[in-house]
Amino acid sequence: MSAPNKSYDPVEVEALKPEELERMRDEALAAFAGAADLPALHEAKIAHTGPTSPLSLANREIGALPPQAKAEAGKRVGMARGAVSKALAARQAELEAERDARVLVEEAVDVTLAYDRAPAGARHPLTTLSERIEDVFVAMGYEVAEGPEVEAEWFNFDALNFEPDHPARAMQDTFFVQDKQGKADSGVVLRTHTSPVQVRTMIDREPPVYVICPGRVYRTDELDATHTPVFTQVELLAIDEGLTMADLKGTLDHMVQALFGTGMSTRLRPNYFPFTEPSAEMDMQCYVCRGESVGNPDRPCRTCSSEGWIELGGCGMVNPRVLVAAGIDPEKYSGFAFGFGIERMLMFRHNVEDMRDMVEGDVRFTRPFGMEI
Amino acid sequence: MRVPLSWLREYVDLPAGETGRDVQAKLVAAGLEVERVEQLGAGLKGPLVVGQVLTIEELEGFKKPIRFCTVDVGTANGTGEPQEIVCGARNFSVGDKVVVVLPGAVLPGDFAIAARKTYGRTSHGMICSGDELGMGDDGTHGIIVLPQEYEPGTDAIELLELVDEVLDIAVTPDRGYCLSMRGVAREAATAYGLPLRDPALLDVPAPNSYGYPVKVADPAGCSRFTARTVTGVDAEARSPIWLQRRLQKAGMRPISLAVDVTNYVMLELGQPLHAYDRSRIDGAIGVRRAERGERLTTLDGTKRTLHPEDLVITDNRGPIGLAGVMGGAETEIGDHAAGQGSTEIVVEAAHFDAVAIARAARRHKLSSEASKRFERGVDPNAASAAAQRTVDLLVLLAGGTAEAGVTEIVAPSGPRTISISADHPDRVAGVPYGRETVVRRLQQVGCDVYGQDELIVTVPSWRPDLTDPNDLAEEVIRLEGYENLPSTLPRPPAGRGLTERQRLHRRVGRALAGAGYVEALNYPFVGDAALDQLGLAADDPRRTVVRLVNPLADTEPALRTTLLPGLFAALRRNDGRGGHDLALFETGLVFRPTGDEPAAVRLPVDRRPTDEEIAGLNAALPRQPRRAAVVLAGSRELAGWWGQGRRATWADAVEAGRTVAREAGVELIVRQDQHAPFHPGRCAALLAVIDGQEVFVGSAGELHPRVTKAFGLPERTCAMEIELDLLERAGTGPVQSPRVSAFPVATQDVALVVAASVPAADVEAALRSGAGELLESLRLFDVFVGEQLGEGKKSLAYALRFRAADRTLTADEASAARDAAVASAVARTGAVLRGA
Repeated sequence: MSAPNKSYDPVEVEALKPEELERMRDEALAAFAGAADLPALHEAKIAHTGPTSPLSLANREIGALPPQAKAEAGKRVGMARGAVSKALAARQAELEAERDARVLVEEAVDVTLAYDRAPAGARHPLTTLSERIEDVFVAMGYEVAEGPEVEAEWFNFDALNFEPDHPARAMQDTFFVQDKQGKADSGVVLRTHTSPVQVRTMIDREPPVYVICPGRVYRTDELDATHTPVFTQVELLAIDEGLTMADLKGTLDHMVQALFGTGMSTRLRPNYFPFTEPSAEMDMQCYVCRGESVGNPDRPCRTCSSEGWIELGGCGMVNPRVLVAAGIDPEKYSGFAFGFGIERMLMFRHNVEDMRDMVEGDVRFTRPFGMEI
Repeated sequence: MRVPLSWLREYVDLPAGETGRDVQAKLVAAGLEVERVEQLGAGLKGPLVVGQVLTIEELEGFKKPIRFCTVDVGTANGTGEPQEIVCGARNFSVGDKVVVVLPGAVLPGDFAIAARKTYGRTSHGMICSGDELGMGDDGTHGIIVLPQEYEPGTDAIELLELVDEVLDIAVTPDRGYCLSMRGVAREAATAYGLPLRDPALLDVPAPNSYGYPVKVADPAGCSRFTARTVTGVDAEARSPIWLQRRLQKAGMRPISLAVDVTNYVMLELGQPLHAYDRSRIDGAIGVRRAERGERLTTLDGTKRTLHPEDLVITDNRGPIGLAGVMGGAETEIGDHAAGQGSTEIVVEAAHFDAVAIARAARRHKLSSEASKRFERGVDPNAASAAAQRTVDLLVLLAGGTAEAGVTEIVAPSGPRTISISADHPDRVAGVPYGRETVVRRLQQVGCDVYGQDELIVTVPSWRPDLTDPNDLAEEVIRLEGYENLPSTLPRPPAGRGLTERQRLHRRVGRALAGAGYVEALNYPFVGDAALDQLGLAADDPRRTVVRLVNPLADTEPALRTTLLPGLFAALRRNDGRGGHDLALFETGLVFRPTGDEPAAVRLPVDRRPTDEEIAGLNAALPRQPRRAAVVLAGSRELAGWWGQGRRATWADAVEAGRTVAREAGVELIVRQDQHAPFHPGRCAALLAVIDGQEVFVGSAGELHPRVTKAFGLPERTCAMEIELDLLERAGTGPVQSPRVSAFPVATQDVALVVAASVPAADVEAALRSGAGELLESLRLFDVFVGEQLGEGKKSLAYALRFRAADRTLTADEASAARDAAVASAVARTGAVLRGA
């Protein structure tokens, strides 16, 4: 670098001549344009904008000029350097875009490669179906109640108005628990239905009571395509002042609509259960054919065997005797209850052909049902 | 109950065009479970006629004896010539009247008849058996031989009433009266709004003192006993075709005239009857409870030892029948074919206590047509009519004479009444029926009704099930039609949603499924074999099981005390079906009795039990905690184009435990353990802090090789089981939000050499406690074992991250914290800082 020039002679500073600056600028622009890739551009950058580049050196010479010449020269150098750095940035962007495009092409993969590294898990459809039904009622204000699966006969039968020698008691195909002598006198059974949970709930809570009781129940049926000795019931109980069979009907209608779609309805047929009076068998309209297969051989329905209705389970008004056994005043309160096995519902809702699939734990059956149903 | 439509029409004038399906729909709406309508003689087409066998030629040289017959079929064959027929049956002779089907006819099952060559002759039709005509089994399997009175050529389709519809009704326990034509006819009449011709409305002579002597010693067990005597009965007489056919259609087998008549009247009126051969009764008939050790051979040939509660019919020699269940062999009506035909018959129509009969039938495992009816309640007022009807039929069909003596013993009883508000059915149904409708419907059921707002209802004798106001409400509502009930929704009070416990159970299922496990719901039945295969010690509490009296399989008589055997079975099943990379889970109850549970007492039902009584019942039950368990085999991650797979290991099993615990908000404590059924070196005890105490909540690890082998599982199967009820109690409540510092992190790695026996968990705990508040996280990133460490040593490498909430840590501060952590590990685990 030159020392400050005390004796002003602008002509002697060659580098600051306009034509010289233009040459430097043009050389730089040409070098950038000629850089074929980013490393070449980088070299050109150092050569034309680095500390030892002609323009940088020229810039330093400005300080040696007399004050009256500095502004003029500074302006000229600044314009040249501005043009150079703009060109550099433009070329840099251009080359980076080219590089990126090339690299991204090189990095392309086959995204259709199958990837089953960690196989998915799933919940059992009986669990999720039960939850789905629970949710329908929880949304209405019901709560979920639970009880033991090994249950006292009093809860399973007596309190539900099954008299000790009534044929209804024999109908239930009960598993009896051995007492210490190995006899059937323990007074304990595997619950044959979820109805004992009704009794426990009524004993535990003050009316009004609105509960849904899902759970496993047991009957001495052999396993086959349509029976299983261990199955899942969902039971509902409502106890309040002034409840009627019309309320029962409305609640059932609501349930099947929530589970199977609007416009669905239910049908009640008189039946007998010790713990309800009046009692009814409940059917739901076939959600597949909606009754249109009945008497219409051209459009047979597999789901309802062209009956138009699908049998769901039993229901009725809680027998006042049951209320008495649970300590609820039948003069003041009435209630309704229903219960059904959800294995059958799973079968017709999801075209399960064989109930054994539900109990064998084959992952090929369960996996497609995923997390919710 | 099988109800032939033709028979039903005898009591109700159903519209002529009404089909079985129509009647079914009406009865179903009225509450009878008509399971199906059987079409008898569907597709049957004549000519099917009466024929008389003219000649029989025995054909020789075939594997079985064959007859070539000529049969007079009148003019039914169009020629009037004898019909030539080849026949394989032998139970007929020349001159017998038989049923002949001629070419052109079609028998049930689409069996078209044509002339055909057989056994070297041409058979122009067939001589028919009952089976071939769809008549049901008559016990002989031979061809039908008709009484002589029918002319050859008579249409047999009509004669044998082959075309009919039969309603098959599953009668519920409350509707005993529908185990009779009379009861079903009453329902049909009401359903159609038509009058009923009640077959029990018969003129019955008044009782007198010269009937067959009867002594009832137990009026509670036998409230009514009618005895009538018929003499001069033709022992050769057979039941007429119409009677046999009705029995067959109703599902009973014709046996002999006297028995057929009692069965017929039972089907008609619902009253079980018994016919005794008077010559075989010794003295007065008695009714009493059996004495200990008494024996009786019942009609089915079984010798039975009687129970003191059994109600028996006796004569001077002792029991001659199990009352209401089955008669004795000794006084049975004789078989005329065996030359023992009875000519004097005593008819019993009695009413026995439902509970006594139910118990006796169950005790002797003997459910009969009679016991089925008595258990469900028989109309006591129909007994004398039933006796009369039986006598009438014996007189009519067997040429007998009714003796004038009529024995009738009746325990005094009044009609039963129920009082209900006239609007009670309205309130039950939620429908304003009005008093008039209520009264009319109750009258249709057979009740007498008095009163205005408060009704006094006398229930009919055939409806013992009507005892409560709601029973009467049901009668009104069902006759008004359940299908006409409106649909309304109650308004429950605002609910609280699922409980924490219920939400936890759902979360656990989702978390495990999210971690790749597939849920299996296994049966809870186990046998001792499974407990042995688990390798449980003799005193392992998991061997204390709930045992069933009547298990489905004798090899699995108990309930599970652990979820693992069920999961093992499911794993093995999947493995056997070709799926080898498996991760299964189950949540469910296990049953953990102490073995000292008292029996559950039978509490009264006329009041709420006291809290003590309920506690007593609950004490009779085993503990039934809910658990979650997993099993794993094969690869946890599969190999593929991305690289290596990863086998499922004990660590996955332990992690499954942590996954479950995390859902309960519990940080598990993991300890080395030795616990069946796990590999003794690869077993973790899972603990949680409950009320300040460390509590064992489960186990995880690799299974013991012997267990794997015993259950037939893939090698190195791993498992985990944890008790959700305990985790629920260990939860620490709502998560407390951490303070997230935005200051930079200072990372320090340390490698510590410890004895191989020192659990990593202890080293980690020591580091944590020494590191102090600045420690943000700590992670074990390597475990190294090698010669340079020396025998029995391992190196554990941890990354420690330090951060302060309020400032950037200096290098000195981070190092000081690290040094404090290391010092703690050195002091508590004997660790040596590697490379120090």
